[in-house]
Amino acid sequence: MHGIDLTIIWAVIIAFGIMMYVLMDGFDLGVGILFPFAPDEDARDVMMNSVAPVWDGNETWLILGGAGLLAAFPLVYSVLMPALYIGVFLMLAGLIFRGVAFEFRFKAGSHRYLWNWAFAGGSMVAAFAQGAVVGAYIEGFNTLDGRYVGGALDWLTPFTVLTGLGLVAGYALLGSTWLIMKTEGHIQQWVYRLAPWLLAAVLAVFAVVSVWTPAVDPSAFERWFSVIRLIWIFPLSALLFALLVVRGLRRRQQSMPFVATMGMFAFTYLGLLVTKWPYVVPPNYTLWDAAAAPGSQLFLLIGMLFVIPVILAYTAWTYWVFRGKVKVGEGYH
Amino acid sequence: MELDPLLLSRLQFAFVVCFHAIFPVFTIGLATFIAFLEALAFKTGNPLYTRLSQFWIQVFAVAFAMGVVSGIVMSFQFGTNWSNFSYAAANFIGPMLSYEVVTAFFLEAAFLGVLLFGRNKVPPGVHLFAACMVALGTIISTFWILAANSWMHTPVGTELTDGMFVVGSWREAIFNPSFPYRFTHMVLASFLTGSFVVAGVSAWYLLVGREVEANRRALSMCLWLILFLAPTQAVVGDYHGLNTLEHQPTKVAAIEGNWETTRGMPLLLFAIPDQENETNHFEIGLPKLGSLILTHDLDGEVPGLKEVAPEERPPVWIVFWAFRIMVGIGLLMIGCALAGLFLRAGGRYWRQPQFLNAMRLMTFAPFAAVLCGWIVTEVGRFPWVVYGQMSHAEGLTPSLTGGMVLFTLLGYIAVYAAIFSAGLYYLMLVLRAGLESIDQDDEEVHDIERPKRPLSASHVGIEEGGR
Repeated sequence: MHGIDLTIIWAVIIAFGIMMYVLMDGFDLGVGILFPFAPDEDARDVMMNSVAPVWDGNETWLILGGAGLLAAFPLVYSVLMPALYIGVFLMLAGLIFRGVAFEFRFKAGSHRYLWNWAFAGGSMVAAFAQGAVVGAYIEGFNTLDGRYVGGALDWLTPFTVLTGLGLVAGYALLGSTWLIMKTEGHIQQWVYRLAPWLLAAVLAVFAVVSVWTPAVDPSAFERWFSVIRLIWIFPLSALLFALLVVRGLRRRQQSMPFVATMGMFAFTYLGLLVTKWPYVVPPNYTLWDAAAAPGSQLFLLIGMLFVIPVILAYTAWTYWVFRGKVKVGEGYH
Repeated sequence: MELDPLLLSRLQFAFVVCFHAIFPVFTIGLATFIAFLEALAFKTGNPLYTRLSQFWIQVFAVAFAMGVVSGIVMSFQFGTNWSNFSYAAANFIGPMLSYEVVTAFFLEAAFLGVLLFGRNKVPPGVHLFAACMVALGTIISTFWILAANSWMHTPVGTELTDGMFVVGSWREAIFNPSFPYRFTHMVLASFLTGSFVVAGVSAWYLLVGREVEANRRALSMCLWLILFLAPTQAVVGDYHGLNTLEHQPTKVAAIEGNWETTRGMPLLLFAIPDQENETNHFEIGLPKLGSLILTHDLDGEVPGLKEVAPEERPPVWIVFWAFRIMVGIGLLMIGCALAGLFLRAGGRYWRQPQFLNAMRLMTFAPFAAVLCGWIVTEVGRFPWVVYGQMSHAEGLTPSLTGGMVLFTLLGYIAVYAAIFSAGLYYLMLVLRAGLESIDQDDEEVHDIERPKRPLSASHVGIEEGGR
C-alpha cells in the first residue's frame, strides 16, 4: 500500500474507539453503579436524566469496536470471544438490562424499584465484566495455532477479580465526577463527599495491579525496568491527574474533577497499551499476525474515514445541546 | 446424556436471531409506511395522515428500541460460538457487518431523532426527508446483512487460502448469485409484515368503532398495498426457489420431500418425512405439479435427497413443514387481498365484522411466515455454514463445551423473556391507547430538555392512568 501500513492505521482506530468507549460509557455505567446509594428518588431521576440523552451514543463505540475488530483483526476477535465466553454473556446481559431500564423506568409507576435494580445491577455486572477482561488481557490467552484452547473460566482469577472491582470503582469515580459537573444542591453535595473515597479505592487497586502485573506477565517487568524509561511518563501523568482530581474536589470545582478523571483513565490506558505493544493477543500474536487481508482493511477504512468524523461531530453536538445542569423535576415526563 | 455444543450453539443462534428478527422485519416495513404517510400529509395537507403517522411513529419507536437491544447480542454471537467461522470469513463478513453498524448509526443518530421529536422544530419538508432517510436506512441495513448471509449460501468472489477466505472481487461477493432474490424476498416480506400489522390494528379499532375515519383510511391503504405486494411476493418467491434449485438442490429436495431424482415430481400437500427410512408417510400430492413449478415443465427432472450422503441431508421434516406454513400463509395473504378488493364495493371492507376479524387475526401471520422462511433457508443448507466450503462443525468455536452453551442459552432465554415481555406489554399499551393519545402530545414544553430516547416518543404510561 505504498508504504502506508493499514494495520497500524486500524490499530490506532480500534485503540481510539476502545478509549472513547471506556471514557464515555464509563461515566454512564458509573452513574448506574452509584444508583443504589443515591440519597433519594429525586436524585435518581436527575442521575438518570443526566446520561439518558447520551448513553446509547456512548455504546455505539462498543458495537463499532466489536465489528471493527472482526473486520480488521479477526484473530483478536476469534480468540477473545471464546476465551471470554461467559464474561461476554454477563456483560451483554448487564448492558441489555440497563439499556431497557433507561426506556422503562420513567414509564413505570409502582414497579419503578425493579427498574432501579435492573439499571444498577446491569451497570455493575457490565463494569465488572469489562474490568475482568482487562485483567485477562494482561494475563494473556492460552492459544494453539491461532485458536483459544483454554477453559471457560480461565478469565476468572484473583487478579481479574481485582481488576474487575477496580474498574467498578473507576467507573463509579467517573460517574461521580460527571454528576458533580451535571448536578447541584444536595445531590452534588452527596457526590462531593463520595468521590474522594472512590478515588482512594481506584488508586489502591492501581497500586496493587502495578505490583502484581510483573508476576502474571514477566515481559511487562522487562518492558518497564529495562527497555525504555520514557514509558514512566504514562503512570506519572495518571498520578498527576489524580492530584488534579483531589485539588478539584477540595476546591469544590465543577468540571475539573471529571476532566482530570478522564485524564487519569486515558494515561492508565495508554500505559497498558505500551506495556503490551505490539502484542494484541498476548502472549503470542502481534498486530500483524492478527490482521485481516489488506483489501478488507482498505474496503472498510474508506467508510470509517468518512463516518468517524461525523460520529465525533454528532457526539459533540449532542453534548452541547444537553450541556448545563440537570435540575430536579425537569427534563423528563 | 452428553451435551452437544454444536447442536446447542445452533439452537442458541436460532433462538437469538429469531427473537431479534421479529423487530427489524416489522420496523423496515413500518418505516416505509410512515414515510409514505408523511409524503401524503405533505402533499395533501390532510391532518388525518399526520395523525396516523404520529401514532405509528410511537409504535415504530418501541419496536425499533427492542430491535436495537436484541441486535447487540447478535454481533457477539459470531465470535463466542462460531469463532472458527468468524476467523475464516472475517475478510468478507467483518466489513459487511461493520458497514451495517455504520448505516444503523447514521439512521439512528442523524434522522431518527428528527423523525421522532422534530415535527414542530424543523420545516415539514425536512421532517419528510428525515422519514424517508430512516426508511432508506433500514433498507440499506438489510442490504448489508443479506449480502453477508447470501454469500454464506452462495459463496463467490472469494478464495479460501490458509484457512481464510480472501475477497477477490467485492462486487461478485456482495452481489452473489442468491443475493438479489433473497434481498427482494426479504424486503417484500418486511413490507407485507408492516402492511398486515397496520391493517390488523386498524381493523381492530374499526371493530370497536374507534377513530373510524383515520383507521378506515389506513386499512384501505394497506389493503391496496397488500393487493400489490402479496402476489408479487409469490412470483419473487418462485424465482428465489428456482435460484435455490440451481445452487442448493438438496435444500429444494427437502422442501419438496423428494427422496429420488425423478421426472414429473408431484407437489406434496401433506406428508410425514421419515429421515431414517428415506421415505415419506401419508403422502397427499398433486401429480406433476412439483416439476412444473420447479422446472416450468410437467416432466422436468428434479434432483432428490439421495443425491447426497445421508449425513449431508438437512432434517427433512423441519424444512418440509416450515416451507408449507410459509406458503400457506402467503396464500392466505393473497386471499385477504382479494377479499378486500371484492368488499370494496359499497365500502364493506371497513364495516363487515367477519372481514375485520380475519384481518385482526392476520396481524401475527406475517411474523410466522418470515420465521418459517428463514428456518427453511437456514436449516435447509445443513450441514454447511459456508455452502460447500465450511461445515457447521468446522465453524464452531473449538474450546466450547456443552455446559457453557447450555448456560448461555438458558441465560439468553431468561434475559429475553424478562425484557421482551416488558417490551411487548408496553407495545400493547401503546396500541390500546390508540390514536386518541396523539392529541395530548401538543404541549411540548420542555421538549429540548427531555431525554431523547426512542420510547420518549410515546407518552403512554406503563400503568393505567399514568403518563
